[in-house]
Amino acid sequence: MAVATETPFHVLAVDDSLPDRKLIERLLKTSSFQVTTVDSGSKALEFLGIHGEDSSPPVSVHADQLEVAVNLIITDYCMPGMTGYDLLKKIKESTSLRDIPVVIMSSENIPSRINRCLEEGADEFFLKPVRLSDMSKLKPHILKSRCKEHYHQEQHQQSDSNSNECSNPTNSNSNECSNSRKRKAEDNEEVLPQTNRSRHS
Amino acid sequence: MDYSNLRRQIISMKKSLFDQGYLDEQFNQLEELQDDSSPNFVEEVVALFFKDSSRLLTNIERALEKYPQDFYRLDSLAHQFKGSGSSIGALRMKNECSMFKAHCSDRNLEGCRRSLQKMKREHATLKQKLETYFQLLRQVGPRERAVNSWK
Repeated sequence: MAVATETPFHVLAVDDSLPDRKLIERLLKTSSFQVTTVDSGSKALEFLGIHGEDSSPPVSVHADQLEVAVNLIITDYCMPGMTGYDLLKKIKESTSLRDIPVVIMSSENIPSRINRCLEEGADEFFLKPVRLSDMSKLKPHILKSRCKEHYHQEQHQQSDSNSNECSNPTNSNSNECSNSRKRKAEDNEEVLPQTNRSRHS
Repeated sequence: MDYSNLRRQIISMKKSLFDQGYLDEQFNQLEELQDDSSPNFVEEVVALFFKDSSRLLTNIERALEKYPQDFYRLDSLAHQFKGSGSSIGALRMKNECSMFKAHCSDRNLEGCRRSLQKMKREHATLKQKLETYFQLLRQVGPRERAVNSWK
């Protein structure tokens, strides 16, 4: 097996429609992303580590959540309960999650809707049905956000007393933490030790 | 094994599904996503669509029978249907959903009822045709199944 130069990026896909979830999962996996799908905004927030109304990072994070970093969130706009827009807002309001790029999908081409999402901080808007060619637009947003993240991390390294910190020293890349800020490796810069993740063929 | 007859049948059936407007380009997109790692992807996602849409049809029917009718909810159900139909390339289904939604906007109950009957017919027809199509594909076996490469 070839040694990969990077672990696959992890995308969280949110859609209440079962066939659409299957489709987006397939599109993402075909494009070499690791995928988690959920069927609602509230489940997405739960997965991301936000519980209830409190959008600040939880003091104690479950061990299994520490394994998971999310590099991008792609969500349907029209969902019962929490819409994709509501989810976007919650993510942007969260100090631990707001740097994660968010893409909105919608079957309706409504300029005012698109603008509202972009203004709220969405990085991209896909018209459904989403196609394979749309997937190539995702990685640039992930890389851009990680450059930003890396910069913030370097600025705050001394004063960082975040209890979500990995037990490993900050220069180590072998652990993935719930907060995607913990990833330090830049694309193509270094060979990461392989974690438990398997590449999806 | 000589699959040429079978292949001809499959190609011809697919062409007719497209020519008659049952399916659109999105269906091709689905077939392109199918490969060795996901050899039954198209059939699986189509099955999910029919499961989901059967439920929606039942809910629409119930909502139409309730008085007073909640056109907002009816529109929302049709919208979900339209969305997932469009994801699998079900063109005629998608168009009939649009008609239904238009009747909802007009609060045209009779129009909704007629449209629902059409939706049910289209749904049943598409289901039957795709079942036949997948049956033919199953006969050629996984290696042969990449229909898009048969050009």
